[in-house]
Parts: sequence; C-alpha cells; structure tokens
Amino acid sequence: MADLNLTLKIWRQDGPTEPGGFKTYDISDLNTHMSFLEMLDVLNENLVNSGDEPVAFDHDCREGICGMCSMVINGRPHGPLEGTTTCQLHMRHFNDGDTVTIEPWRAKPFPVLKDLIVDRTPFDRIIQAGGFVSVNTGSAPDGNAIPIGKDISDDAFDAAACIGCGACVAACKNASANLFTAAKISQLALLPQGQTERVERVIGMVKQMDEEGFGHCTNTGACEAECPKEISVDYIRKMNWEFHSANVKG
Amino acid sequence: MNSYFSSTLFRKTLAALSGLFLVIFLIGHLIGNLQLILLSGEAAQKQFNEYALFMTTNPAVKILSIVTYTSIILHILLTIILVLQSKQARPIGYAVEGGGENSAWASRNMALLGSLLLVFIILHMKSFWYEMHWGAIGNDPSGNKDLYTVTVVAFQNIWYTAFYVFSMIILGFHLSHGIGSGFQTIGLKTRKYLEPIEKTAILFSILIPSAFASIPIILYLQSL
Ligand code: HEM
Ligand code: FES
Repeated sequence: MADLNLTLKIWRQDGPTEPGGFKTYDISDLNTHMSFLEMLDVLNENLVNSGDEPVAFDHDCREGICGMCSMVINGRPHGPLEGTTTCQLHMRHFNDGDTVTIEPWRAKPFPVLKDLIVDRTPFDRIIQAGGFVSVNTGSAPDGNAIPIGKDISDDAFDAAACIGCGACVAACKNASANLFTAAKISQLALLPQGQTERVERVIGMVKQMDEEGFGHCTNTGACEAECPKEISVDYIRKMNWEFHSANVKG
Repeated sequence: MNSYFSSTLFRKTLAALSGLFLVIFLIGHLIGNLQLILLSGEAAQKQFNEYALFMTTNPAVKILSIVTYTSIILHILLTIILVLQSKQARPIGYAVEGGGENSAWASRNMALLGSLLLVFIILHMKSFWYEMHWGAIGNDPSGNKDLYTVTVVAFQNIWYTAFYVFSMIILGFHLSHGIGSGFQTIGLKTRKYLEPIEKTAILFSILIPSAFASIPIILYLQSL
C-alpha cells in the first residue's frame, strides 16, 4: 500500500453571495484505499487541528445511492471513473504528486451555498411538478396485481436508477437538466401506474425545468458519459416524443 | 399551448427539423453543382446555364426555395436564441474543463461552426445567387445568363478556392454532430437504429462536403 501525496486546489466560498476562490492545500501520506470523501475528511481534520474552517461538502450514504456527494474533480463530475459517485471513487486512481482541482457543480439554478455544496432544490421542484403517481392510502397493493412485461419493467428500472445527483447538469456545456427530467418522466410513463397523469406530468415537469433556468439539450452526450448510474440519453429522445404528443393530443 | 411554443424542447425540435431539411437541400444542391465538372468546356457551359435558368424560373423550384430560405432563417434564429439562453445557465465556468473526455469536439462547438457557415453562406450568395438575380453578367452562345463563366473565373483564384474548401471542412464538422443529433431530437434515433443512423450520419458528413469541395478544386486545377 503506497502512500500518496497530493496538492489540492479547492473552491472556497463562505456563502451564496460571498465571492469565492481557489485555495491550495498540500496533503500527504494518504492511504490509497481511502475513498475520495475520506481523503477530504482527513484534510478537514488537519484544517480543524490548525484552527482553519473545514471544507464544506455534501455527503450522506457514502455507498453510491443517495446522490449527495456532488463535486467536479479535475473537470469531471464525480471524478475520472465511469459509473462512479465521488464516495465510491478511491484514491488508488490518483498518482503521487498529482494536483487535484475540486469545484462545485456550476449552474445558475444550482447556486453555491458554501464551498462545494450547491442548492439542488430546483430538482425537487421539477419532481413536484409531476414526477409522482397519486395513490389512495390504505394497505400496500399486491406486488403482482398488475403484470408488466420484463423488457418494460427493465427499461423503467434503468430510468429509475437516477439518484438525482445533478452530474448531468454539471457535465453539460449548457447546464441542461434534460437527462434528469427525462429519466424521471420515463420511469413513470413506461409503467401502467403512470398513465393517468401522463400528459400533465410531462408538460408540468418540462415547464418547471425551463423555468428553473437550465439550458437546452444539444445532444453532446456528456450527461450519459458522466452519469454515475449510466442513464441513457435514449430517455431524452423518449421525453421529446412524450412532450410533443402530450401537447398535440392535449 | 403558449408554454409549448416557448419551451426549449419545441424550439430545439424546430431547429432540428430545419437543419435536417437543409441537409436534404444540400444533397439537391450538390447534384446540380456536379454538372460543373461532369461535363467540360462548352457542353458544361450550356448545360449548367440552362440548369441555372431553370432554377431561377421554375415555379416548383420557387416553392422549394422559399422552404429553404425559411429553414435557414428559422435554424439560425432558433439556434442563436437557444445558445444564448443556455449560456446564461452557467454564469461561472469551470477552472478545469473536462468536456474533451465526455463529448465530441464538434458537438461542443456547433455555434462556432454554424457562425463560420453563416459567413460562408453570405459570401457564397453574394458571389453567385446575387449575381445571377441582379448582377450584370454576360450571356453564353445560347443566349442564357453565363453563370458558368462567373463560377469558373471565381475559382481561378487560389484564395477563393481555399476559402471554399475550408468552409466545406467546417460543414463536415457541423454535420458530423448535426445529422445524428437531429435524428435524436426528432425521436428517430431509437436504440434499434442507433448504429445505422450514426454510421450513415458520419458517412454523409464526409461525403457531402468532400463532393462539394471537389468542384472548386477541379475548377481551379483546370484553370492552371
Ligand atoms: C447548410 C447549412 C446547415 C446545415 C445543413 C445545418 C444542419 C444542422 C443540424 C442537422 C443540426 C442539429 C439540430 C439538432 O440536433 O437540434 C444543427 C445544429 C446547429 N446548427 Fe446548423 N446547419 C446549417 C447551418 C447553420 C448556421 C448558418 C448556423 C448559425 C448561425 C448554425 C448553427 C447551429 C447550431 C448552434 C446548432 C446546435 C443547436 C442545438 O443543437 O440546439 N447552423 N445544424
Ligand atoms: S454520498 Fe451518497 S451517493 Fe455518494
């Protein structure tokens, strides 16, 4: 187990309206089995010990399912590996002596709250605009009451793998939220439970997405390439159909 | 309904439809232009000038040309609106840009490529379209406006020829992303047809500009 020494350039910003800037930190003798977040924990311990303010970053599950650990590492959302969240990225993928630049998601709808933490409530509002199915309360329905073909349930499940982390927005040169919105629309549009509210759903969610100020989709494919859950841009194609037919049929 | 027309998805779809129509226009335009080099000397002159006359007078062509002008204007207006709108979505950029590792260069530079194409289109229309309609050009032996000679003379100039070849390379890059992207936007690039559509798109983005570029190159070489 080789020890690792890195130079970190990290975006520091005290609050949404404060000016921010990069600060450089040297960190040494890292264990290569650490995750990227554990490396930041070590940095923060050092900072606290020397009386400095620790780096604020979002994290929760640390097992790649919650979508909180947002940061852009050397220009790549969640770092250089495909299909990996920052918490699942390990230090063995870095070389001794590397300089690692860490920045927050950059998008107007995602303002920086502090350091690497951004406000992702625009995603919540997109969901509130239609990313749900209305059900009556009562006892849980039988799991197999509505038979669904395997290909369709697989397709819906692939879309549902979206953890709402926002890497698609961070990666897109237009800061577009098309992949997120498309995945959330498709997962419900594919299933029988999603049919009742299908038309209002796509119209409401696309409208909200535009109103939040995200950019448009130019099909660069950067979102799919950087998505930790490898969500396919095919859902964006599906969302386009869904949107046009909802508007035409009314 | 109002929010439909102002939505990014609607505008993007219209940009794609107009762009794809322009691709079809390019194919037609190319077939017409090839008459400049498939025949030679007086036969080419006679044939090409008759074709030019047909293109400026035939009523069916008139309708097609209106669709083409509309497409160009729509395409330019919509893409400019969308690009400016999306620029605002990221006021602070990244210190380290990772785009090279997750997307193709052409896909990230459509606005630059398109703007260069616009410069080309303006100069190109000034040279030939404007001259044919309003310029003072001589007649050929059959009494038709001699656009053929205007063209042949234009490409005796190495710099003018080079500008055309350069612009066709730009067109190639624009199409290398544009065709596939347009099919994705209008919803035809399904998983099943992904491969064939992408391959055909790349093939077209190489074939169309190379065939176009071969015309000024051959005319220039013939003038030496
Ligand atoms: C012969 C000329 C042209 C052809 C055949 C053409 C074709 C295309 C096609 C098929 C697309 C893909 C559309 C989509 O996926 O939504 C596209 C995108 C684009 N074009 Fe053009 N184009 C031409 C000229 C121009 C010009 C003159 C401009 C600019 C002033 C321009 C600017 C753009 C931009 C910025 C995009 C990306 C827009 C987006 O994806 O939202 N194009 N073009
Ligand atoms: S902390 Fe939950 S996905 Fe990384």
